[in-house]
Formats: sequence, C-alpha cells, structure tokens
Amino acid sequence: MRNLVPVLAVSAALIAIWYAAVIPMNQQWAQDQARRAGQDLSFIALVTDTMSQQRPRLPAPHQVAAELWNSTVVEELTGRRGIVNTGSLSNRSLVYHGWVTLSATLLGFAIGSVLGISLAIGIVHNRAMDASIMPWAIASQTIPILAIAPMIIVVLNAVGITGLVPKAIISTYLSFFPVVVGMVKGLRAPDHMQLDLMKTYYASGPQVLLKLRLPSSMPYLFTSLKVAIAAALVGAIVAELPTGAVAGLGARLLSGSYYGQTVQIWSALFAAAILAASMVALISILQRVTLKRMGMAA
Amino acid sequence: MMKDSSAAPVISARDLSLTFQTGDGPVHALKDVTLDIAKGEFVSFIGPSGCGKTTFLRVIADLEHPTSGSITVNGMSPDAARRARAYGYVFQAADLYPWRTIAGNIKLPLEIMGYSATEQNSRVEKVLELVELSGFARKFPWQLSGGMQQRASIARALAFDADILLMDEPFGALDEIVRDRLNEQLLELWARTEKTIGFVTHSIPEAVYLSTKIVVMSPRPGRITDIIDSPLPRIRPLDIRDSPEFIAIAHRVRDGLRAGHLDD
Repeated sequence: MRNLVPVLAVSAALIAIWYAAVIPMNQQWAQDQARRAGQDLSFIALVTDTMSQQRPRLPAPHQVAAELWNSTVVEELTGRRGIVNTGSLSNRSLVYHGWVTLSATLLGFAIGSVLGISLAIGIVHNRAMDASIMPWAIASQTIPILAIAPMIIVVLNAVGITGLVPKAIISTYLSFFPVVVGMVKGLRAPDHMQLDLMKTYYASGPQVLLKLRLPSSMPYLFTSLKVAIAAALVGAIVAELPTGAVAGLGARLLSGSYYGQTVQIWSALFAAAILAASMVALISILQRVTLKRMGMAA
Repeated sequence: MMKDSSAAPVISARDLSLTFQTGDGPVHALKDVTLDIAKGEFVSFIGPSGCGKTTFLRVIADLEHPTSGSITVNGMSPDAARRARAYGYVFQAADLYPWRTIAGNIKLPLEIMGYSATEQNSRVEKVLELVELSGFARKFPWQLSGGMQQRASIARALAFDADILLMDEPFGALDEIVRDRLNEQLLELWARTEKTIGFVTHSIPEAVYLSTKIVVMSPRPGRITDIIDSPLPRIRPLDIRDSPEFIAIAHRVRDGLRAGHLDD
C-alpha cells in the first residue's frame, strides 16, 4: 500500500498530460467543422468539442474508459448478443476478444516456459548445447516478429494447423527467450562452495539439479516469467494482425484502424495492457507465496 | 618426523605436489608434502595464506588433484574415498541452503545418500543434540546467529557415517568469544565421536588448543616446515592455554611460521 501514492500520482500526471494533448490534437477538425458552419468557436466550445468527437485523432481518457466499460460489462449484460441474452460471450465485446487472445497467450506462455527451462537445463549441463543454442536463441530474437509471424501462420496453415496453435507458437517464439536467459543465469547461481559441497556428498547430476540448482534459480525464474508472459501477449496480438483474424485483441486493433475507430483502438490497447498487468501481478503473487514458503522472502 | 602408528594411517601422503597453471605462470600450491594421519587424531594445518593448507585439505577431499606424488584416504584413492563417502567437509562459510530449515539442511546429505525418512529424522535429532542445537530444527538459517549456523553446518557433516571430518577455517569469520566456545564444543564432540579431524586455521592458539598434531606450513612453494606432536592431554579445559606446555608449543609453532617466512 506504501506504493499506492506514487503510482496514483504518476497516473494522475499521465492523465493530465493526455487531456492537455487532446485539445491541440483534435482542434483542427473542430475548427474546420465550425468554419464550414460559419460559426465562431469559443475556447470552451472548442475544448468541449475536442473531448467528445466521434473519431478523434486522440480520444480523451474518459472516452476510452467509457468504450472499455460499454464493450465489456454493458455489452455482455444488456447487449443482444451478450452472455446474459445468449449464454455465450458477444463477439462485439472485449471480454470475448480478450479471451481469444488470452487463450493463445497462455498456451504459448506454457510451451515457451517449458521449452525455455528445458533449454536452460540443457545449456547448463552440456557444453555443446552451451556453445550452440545461445547464439541461435539470441539470433531468433533479432528477427522482427512482424516479418516472421505471417510466415509461421502460412506454413502451419499449409500443413493443416489453424486456429489457436499458430498464434500460440508465435507467443512461444517470443516468450521462451527471457526464460532461457533467466534460467541459465539462475541454474548457474550456486557458487563454487555450494557445488563443492554437493561433490563431497558424491551427488549425481540430477540430484545437484533438483536439490541445488533448481531451488537457487527460483528468484530468476519468476523474474523471467514476468517478462515472458508480457512477451507472449505481444506475440499473440501480433499473430492476429497479419492474418485477417476476426477475433482477438489484435483483430480489434486492425479493424479499428481500417475504419478509423480510434476509440476502439485505444480501448483494445488498454484491454491488452490491463490483461498484461493482471498476468504479471498474478505471477508476482505466485512468486511471493513460493519464495515465502521457501524461506527466501526478501 | 613420522610417528609410528600401530594401525595403518587414515590419511597418508607421499611427496605430494600440486602445481596450478595460471596466467602468471605456474603456482606451486604444494611441494613434496609427506604426512601420515592416524585414526582418531586431531590435526591442524596452520600457515599464512598461500601455504597450501586448504589445498591439501581439498586434495584429501578429492576436490583438487595432485600433479605428482601419492595420497591414500582410508587406504583408497581420494576419488574412491569420496565415492565411499568417507569424510564430511565443513567449509569456511556455513553455507546452509536458505530455502531449507536447519533440519532440512542436515537431511541434505542423507537424502542424497538414500537414507530412509525415519533414519533421517533420528539422525537429525542426534546430531542437533551433539552440536547443542536441539529445538532449532524447524528454524531457517537466517534466524540463527553466525556461530549457530556454523554449528549446524558441522552437524550436517556429522549426519552420515564418515569417520573423517575435514574443516576449512570453520570459525574464521566468528568473533573470539564465540570461537572459544565452539572450540570447546568441538573437542567434546571429537571425544564423543572419535572421528579423525583435519582442521585448517591461521590462529596459533586455536591450533595448539585443539590439536594432537600441528602441521606448520609455509608458502611459495607450499610445504610443511614442522610437524609438532602435542604433549597436551586429550581432555583440555580452556585455561590450559595459560600453562607453560601450551605456551611452549605455541612458541614452536610461531618459530616454524617465522622460519617459513625467512625463506622468502
């Protein structure tokens, strides 16, 4: 709770800057409209107009908030296609699109984490893997994901894999990397003395891994999982962009930009940010509980 | 220099040398070290940094490998002795796993060596009693003082049936009062368990107080300059350190250390 005040202060400052930016960004359109109607625009009228346009260049915070509320709670509770009236999520609601993206994110994150941890274990135990995997892992992250995402989807489509899995694979592609890097560091965290101690017990490789390396790596694991899940979400959204996906936050972003629906774009962006923040927060809670149970709470 | 012992020595080194190849050229950590340690002896290794005392202990433990010469531990090669779990090793830092309780830390070697759960529990209880830490089993290491942590790490080395205990400056980081108490406890423990102890230190009083045999070493190259068989009785109250015998041995150790330095 000690953190709440600074967080709120920064949020308030950002919202203030945002509101201040709305006026110059949208005033052109407001003044054009007024000139066409032959009216003189007072400053008050100008400000009111820039805050409430249908398709503003930069929507005002309250417009985005209202859109978020309407396209989630209101749509599902009262909408014709909402969950209350039909029993299934409305395809016009951000809850539905968020879930589509979230399911791909979670699958990709799960595969990416398992892959990342496995690769890290291999790298730490095998000199050949140590020398060969890391450069490739780094190289893989230098390729722009926007360039490779359509390729992956086209190729997988050709072999009959469609839907959730191709998106999850792109999430995996982005999320395994922080896990590899973090876990290699974590598994190598034990110092010489700790490793020597295991040696004096004549402990086997798997015993050293299980009883020393893995427990030592826990703080590193959670830190990299936080980065990985945010990356997985970006991967899932990017995967929805080039493929003409009809569902998901990426699809909402794309259709918003086709039709100049800036309010829709911004609310989809915020939905994604809220999703990412909640997932990172969830991992933080998991981290705190785990480290506390391990007696390593710091 | 070598004492005849009725039984075969527990540790026997012959012309042992170890040279590290470094960027600045070879470093002679050990040169022609010959030493026998009999069963039940308490042997201290004393000398300035770089004299090879820790290296010698690590060679016994098979953590370093000699470049030439021979060494046997319990009549085996150090490697075979390590496989047979012939020794417990206590490092400079207590180095308990922070994510394990004291009991959990003591169980670590037992788990690795495959003791049953009931056996583990009874052994934990026994060694905690031995180092006077009963009642701390469920505490985490950070809840204990430095001296208590080091006692827990000694308990960890005693938990399995190794009859050799190797200790590398275990009390180096502790203050003198705690150290005195731990030295007393260690002697009691040695008397009760009849283990053979190899003990590295750079404190002259500690070495003289604890040992039946003091090995004085000097650096560049690391070698033995004197081996002193202590005439002190096995039962030693702390105030034995004011006795003339004690002071005489301490004097000889100091002379040995000084002689090593004069060679520079």
